[in-house]
Amino acid sequence: MIGICGAYGKLYGGPVVRDLLAIYTTLVRAIPDLVLILIIFYAGTDLINQALAAAGWGPIDIGGIPAGIGVLGVVQGAYSTEVLRGAILAIPQGQVEAARAYGMPPGLMLRRITIPAMLPFAIPGLANLWLIATKETALLALIGVDELTQMARNAGSATKAYLTFFTAAGALYLALTLLSNVIIARIERWARRGMPALAGAH
Amino acid sequence: MTAVEVDASPGTGGSAAAEAIHIENLHKRFGPLHVLKGVSLSARDGEVVAIIGGSGSGKSTLLRCINCLENPTSGIIRVNGEEIKLKPDGHGGSVPADRRQIERIRSRLGMVFQNFNLWSHMTLLENIIEVPIHVLGVPRDEAVATAEKLLARVGLAEKRDVYPSFMSGGQQQRGAIARALAIQPRVMLFDEPTSALDPELVGEVLRVIGDLAKEGRTMVLVTHEMKFARQVASHVVYLYNGLVEEEGPPEQLFGAPKSDRLKQFLRNIH
Repeated sequence: MIGICGAYGKLYGGPVVRDLLAIYTTLVRAIPDLVLILIIFYAGTDLINQALAAAGWGPIDIGGIPAGIGVLGVVQGAYSTEVLRGAILAIPQGQVEAARAYGMPPGLMLRRITIPAMLPFAIPGLANLWLIATKETALLALIGVDELTQMARNAGSATKAYLTFFTAAGALYLALTLLSNVIIARIERWARRGMPALAGAH
Repeated sequence: MTAVEVDASPGTGGSAAAEAIHIENLHKRFGPLHVLKGVSLSARDGEVVAIIGGSGSGKSTLLRCINCLENPTSGIIRVNGEEIKLKPDGHGGSVPADRRQIERIRSRLGMVFQNFNLWSHMTLLENIIEVPIHVLGVPRDEAVATAEKLLARVGLAEKRDVYPSFMSGGQQQRGAIARALAIQPRVMLFDEPTSALDPELVGEVLRVIGDLAKEGRTMVLVTHEMKFARQVASHVVYLYNGLVEEEGPPEQLFGAPKSDRLKQFLRNIH
C-alpha cells in the first residue's frame, strides 16, 4: 500500500509530494535497516509519546510486534515504491491513453487498468522484497520481538544444542521461502495471463 | 441522439444535420514546435471527415485534440454543441477546466488508435464491456449481449475469450473498433487505424470501417489510405504544416486538386 501510494505520488504528484517522497526513499534506502529499526522504534516511540503528552494524554507503550510490523512496512514501502514506479513506467503507454480516451476517472483507471497492467512487471521485484522481508524479521529480535531467530537462540542457550535449533530455524526459513515461491509463481502466472509465454518459461 | 438537437447553437444557419464536431482556430504548440497554427474543422451528424496530409502535418494531433488527449494551446472545440471548457495551465497553454465534463464527452467518443491499445490483461470480451459497465453504468448482462453482437459484426465471435496478444493485428484492430462501438459513440475517431498493420490485414479493417460509414455514422478519420478516403469520406481535409491547405468533397480534392502542395502530395503517394 505504501509502495503504491509512493509510486503514484512520485510519478504524478506535485513538486512538494515528489520531493518529500524522494527524501523518504533516499533516506530509508541509504540507512542500514538495523539502524533504521532502532531509530524508528526508540525515537519513534519517543516522538509519539511526546506528541501525546503535548496533547494532554499519558504515554503509551508500543509493543514490539506492532512496532516491528510498522518498521518493516516503512522500509519495504520505500523499496516497493521504486519497484512499482518502474512497473508503472513499463506499462505500454497506449493502454493508459485508451483508458483516458474512454473517459475513465483517475481512481477507476488505477484500479482497473494501471494496477493490473503493471503487475506482471512488478511481481518479480515485489517477490524479492517479500523474501527479504521474511528474513529481515530476524533483526526485530533487537527490539524485543520473539521471532524465530531469537527463539532459536534462547532455546539453544538453554539446552546447549545450538546446532539443532539453528538448523531448525534455518529449515523453517527455507520452508517459508519455498512456500512463498509456490504462491508467487501462481500469482505471477495469473498476472501474466494476457501475455504470451516466452520460450523456455515454465 | 435526439437530445443533441436541443444543443445546436442558433448560429448554425438552419442546415439539415447538427454539428457533431466543431473546431475553431485551434493552435497546438509542443514547446517551441508550433504543430497546429489555427485549424478549423467541422463534422455534421452522419458525415465522414477524412483528414489527410504528410507526416508532421499535425493531422494526428488535430484528432487527439478533439477529446483532449492532447491539450490544445488555444482554440474552441465543441462536441455535439457543447464547448469543452478550457483554462490556462500557467505555461501558456490550456487544460480542461472541468474533469467531469471532459470525461463525459470522452465516454461518447469512440477512439480507435493506430496501435489498437487493447488492454492486455483483459480478454477481448472484457475489453469491450469494460467502459460500458464501469464508466457508463450499463448492467453487465446487457453489456455482454451488446458486446457479443458487436463481435459477431466484426467477425470475431469465436475470439471473445482470447487475450489481445494472441490475436493478429487485424483482429486486434477489429476488436478495438468493437470496443469503440460498444459505448454507442456519437462520433468515431480513427487515428491512422491501418498504419500499423501488415498489408494483407489492412483490407479486413477497412471493410469494417467502410460498413460503418455506410450506415451513416459520424466519423473523423486520419488516414494514409487515399483510395479508401476517396470511397468513404463525405468531406476531405488536407493538412499541410499545421494549416488546412485545401478541403472539400473527395471527388474535388482527389479529382481536381487546386493547391500545388496537394497535387504534389497525391503524386508522391501513388
